[in-house]
Amino acid sequence: MHRLFVIPTLLINVSIILIPALLTIVLAFYRWDGISDPTFIGFANFEKLWGDRIFWKALKNNFIWTAIFLVFPIAIGLLAASLLLIIKRGRTLLQVIYFLPMIIATVITARIWQGMIYNPQNGIIALLNQYGFELRDPLSQTSTALFGVAVVDLWHWWGFMAVIFFAAMRQVSQEQIESARIEGANYFQLMRWVLIPAIKPTIALMMIMTVIWSFLVFDFIYIMTQGGPAFSSEVLSTMAYRKAFYELDVGYAATSALVISLFGLTAAFFYIRIQNKEGVE
Amino acid sequence: MNLVESRTTTTIIYIILAIAAFTALFPIALMVLNSLKTTPEIASSPLALPLTPHWDNYTHAWQGAKFSKTFINSAVLMSMTIFLVLSTGSLTAYVLARKKIKAWKVITAYLLATTTAPIQLFLFPLYFGFAKLGLINNVFAVSVVYCALFSPFSIMLLRTYFLAVPKELEEAALVDGATPWQVFSKVYLPMVWPGLLTVALIVGLYTWNEFLIATTFLQASESRTAVVSYFLLSGQYSTDWGDLMAGAMLVTAPIVILFIFLQRHFIEGMTGGSVKG
Repeated sequence: MHRLFVIPTLLINVSIILIPALLTIVLAFYRWDGISDPTFIGFANFEKLWGDRIFWKALKNNFIWTAIFLVFPIAIGLLAASLLLIIKRGRTLLQVIYFLPMIIATVITARIWQGMIYNPQNGIIALLNQYGFELRDPLSQTSTALFGVAVVDLWHWWGFMAVIFFAAMRQVSQEQIESARIEGANYFQLMRWVLIPAIKPTIALMMIMTVIWSFLVFDFIYIMTQGGPAFSSEVLSTMAYRKAFYELDVGYAATSALVISLFGLTAAFFYIRIQNKEGVE
Repeated sequence: MNLVESRTTTTIIYIILAIAAFTALFPIALMVLNSLKTTPEIASSPLALPLTPHWDNYTHAWQGAKFSKTFINSAVLMSMTIFLVLSTGSLTAYVLARKKIKAWKVITAYLLATTTAPIQLFLFPLYFGFAKLGLINNVFAVSVVYCALFSPFSIMLLRTYFLAVPKELEEAALVDGATPWQVFSKVYLPMVWPGLLTVALIVGLYTWNEFLIATTFLQASESRTAVVSYFLLSGQYSTDWGDLMAGAMLVTAPIVILFIFLQRHFIEGMTGGSVKG
């Protein structure tokens, strides 16, 4: 009887995710335009990927993205969370404010930044130019496009980290914190020896998730730069999407998708191990 | 933390936290402010207050993005997804929480694994498969895709609510001769409704905001979601920023209002599972 209970979930999940995922693995060995019959071409897609300049650029950008997001949101989140722990009034309000960017659709967030901040005709950048700063739209420069998008994603993301770390720090025992303070620990010592060690599992989990998410990043880049200018902000997911739906090279797109998954999978392995330890109570 | 901090320390802490709050709110304030201004006004300064509030922007955006149609599409898609996730997810969450079947460990691991799978890993065969079956532009088909995407985390979240229900209640019901279905629907479901509400809110939020699947699978103008129609609007007239900010306000306002009233549910739901207690 209870077996019937899990059938709807499994049926939906297997037909939407598992079967198409397995088909993607098969497709990586075929040339296919999405319409006519696929042709088996062995490892040709993989060889093409190896020699593709844009693939290496995209992979490098994914690594840069991962590095940015492993450092900044986690550092800012830890700082904000620990300060929230010290203050007595305004915690709830500040948490709600920090969390707010997280609930706004990526399309909306992207357009606000593009129109109101980065836009050289009527954004904050235009205003700064009037005051003599020589600034250009970061999204239009090959050297800054990726970082321009990363700043927007960072704006939308750091508050989420702050709220998660704050929730974890609240569970650290009061006596531990107080005794450290009585012994004269300053803020940095308190962080180094009490708070960070106490919430290490949460930080580890967030770092694993950051690696996974950084290889999946799509929305902000696709909406704001489409991977441009001149592929300077291309990542693996935007590259695969373009190959499949603009160039109708579905087999090649599947091969790129496999590479994305490989990086995600390594991180996911550690994620499942941590989560399952929690599940077996 | 009940520690006496010096006044200077407290002030510095509040200043840092206020700067952080300002950073979070500043772009949102720009959206609100400029949604009421004409394009020349925005160009002269994005920070200035509007001379007279320009409510026209809202009607322009509403008509330009065909929101009267696409808001309904988004609402329908949202309701179907919430219904699917709650009905299928609560059953699975119950079975996994109470370890009713031997395979509970395998299923848990499988569901966790799918949460980390990149959408691109299954997107391409799924799209061309749906195209073959004539399911592109079909709102129900997309709600099934969302159900597959959002179920795993919903199940993990619901599982914790099922775990909190005392086992004795179930045992008592079984002694009274209740069937497994009755135990689930009469004993458990009434007790886990706060979890169901939280999951409904999060799934609703994600569905309303989702871009990649929506833009790929719902392309026809009759089936587009609000977010996608806004995306297309902002691609067309990328110079009329007053209208675009008004459109942004329209898409964001329902979510923000709901968030302010039910922030505890949102925050607990979205951060749930990340904090190891």
